[in-house]
Amino acid sequence: MSTPTLFGLSAAVLVGLGLYGVIAHPQPLRKIVAFNVIGSGVFLLLGAIARRGAAAGMGGDPVPQALLITGIVVAFSATALAIALLLRLFGETGSVTLSSDAPAKADGDKAHG
Amino acid sequence: MIGIVDTGLALLILGLAVWAIVARDTFAAVVGFVAYGLLLTLIWVRLHAVDVALTEGAIGGGLAGALLIGAAARLRSTEAAARSERPGVPLRILAAVLAAGVTAALAVCVLTLPVPAPTLAHETAAHVAATGVGNPITAVLLAFRAMDTLLEAIVLLFALVGVWSLAPDRAWGGRPGPRQRADPNGTLAYVARVLPPIGIIVGAYIFWVGADYPGGKFQGATILAAMWLLVMMAGLADAPPIRKTWLRLGLVAGPLVFIAIGFAGVATAGAFLAYPEGYAKPLILVIEFALMPSLALTLGLLLVGAPQRQEER
Amino acid sequence: MSAVANLWTILTVSAGVFFYFAGTVGLLRFPDTYTRLHALTKADNLGVGLVVLGLLPRSGSVLGGLKLLSIWLLVLLSASTVSQLIARAARRREPRA
Repeated sequence: MSTPTLFGLSAAVLVGLGLYGVIAHPQPLRKIVAFNVIGSGVFLLLGAIARRGAAAGMGGDPVPQALLITGIVVAFSATALAIALLLRLFGETGSVTLSSDAPAKADGDKAHG
Repeated sequence: MIGIVDTGLALLILGLAVWAIVARDTFAAVVGFVAYGLLLTLIWVRLHAVDVALTEGAIGGGLAGALLIGAAARLRSTEAAARSERPGVPLRILAAVLAAGVTAALAVCVLTLPVPAPTLAHETAAHVAATGVGNPITAVLLAFRAMDTLLEAIVLLFALVGVWSLAPDRAWGGRPGPRQRADPNGTLAYVARVLPPIGIIVGAYIFWVGADYPGGKFQGATILAAMWLLVMMAGLADAPPIRKTWLRLGLVAGPLVFIAIGFAGVATAGAFLAYPEGYAKPLILVIEFALMPSLALTLGLLLVGAPQRQEER
Repeated sequence: MSAVANLWTILTVSAGVFFYFAGTVGLLRFPDTYTRLHALTKADNLGVGLVVLGLLPRSGSVLGGLKLLSIWLLVLLSASTVSQLIARAARRREPRA
């Protein structure tokens, strides 16, 4: 087994772990962390593929690596938006539950007006 | 043949990921995730992707870590309530089965990848000289796949607009985040005075050297954003109100320059974002110089969040 | 000359690893925040310093060596700041003693 294959298999496990985390955790923050684990697993998989394309004096295929840089930055911006949504939900209702039978807007404005 | 370092790194990564998913306390899980991101940086170096390692360390480890730890600290009071909502055992078993299935499918894909591996390294190496930059990844980011970089800059702006739109109505246009105050003679203020000059030099260096060696504007912009955040966290400067014209101009200047050069390429070289013969390096430099301050501003503002304080008139 | 350089690297990096190990054991086994911080500073200051010293002969140029030293200084700065902040927060949080 070579290095790229080892990390490719690790990436497969990471994606599975993250998927379990997204489903099994009720708190949105844990879901966001698990989602990031899925994302980094996918990036690791692409990185292993890029390493296999090493040729012409470069250590890895540069095109997938450039796509990875783009991917990491975009994943961070998605996380930032998700966290902002979560904090706003917390500010409005005082809890972070996503369940549909939660009490609606509980005196949010009076609490932090 | 895999060595001890690679096996050790893979095991550590998997262990930390399990910790981040399975730990009972949210704060502990987030800390585990930040450590996971930092170890991932080492794995990128092992995979000969140093540019990606720099980006992962700066954005995945640094900025995302700060974001998640801040959120986890603020949401600590919701721990108990959330824990009572855990799904039952049948759902968790189902989720585990689904996860195992996805892992198995991906593992089969990894083990049946085509040999010899298809690669674009040869075409890239053949055309890199025409762009005037020495680092093939910079050439790919700014010449061969410049469209991706442009759209990425715009996606960042959209994310920022999304974060801003979460402001309560009365705070629209105001300053993000609470007013930070630190003891002006204390440690944090001291570091916030000593570190930013060094950080700015390091960020500018990484940006400049990205033309020929690993580096580039994303990594440099992240370091500049981090220095700005440090100054704001220490209370030495307040977050700017988001209605300020200079802020909004700074945010869009980079993508606008990029788009303008793209349309100029239609006129001079026949396609959007095509560079005319011999002008590739100067145009790439102009794009990078314009994009980096915008990127630093965007990344910093994404981290401080939605406006919460209205300015006193 | 290179045999001496290799010996230097092996010795100092091993010493650095020992300090990292000691710091990690301390982090896991000490009872409270302050003692754990104390253990961590050993890893941060001496561990990184010895590893950097060990890598200096291999750095290839004076500029590379200076970059390694500046990494050590930056780690010192940030580690000491963070230790101060954590200790102060821990002190504020403890019941009035």
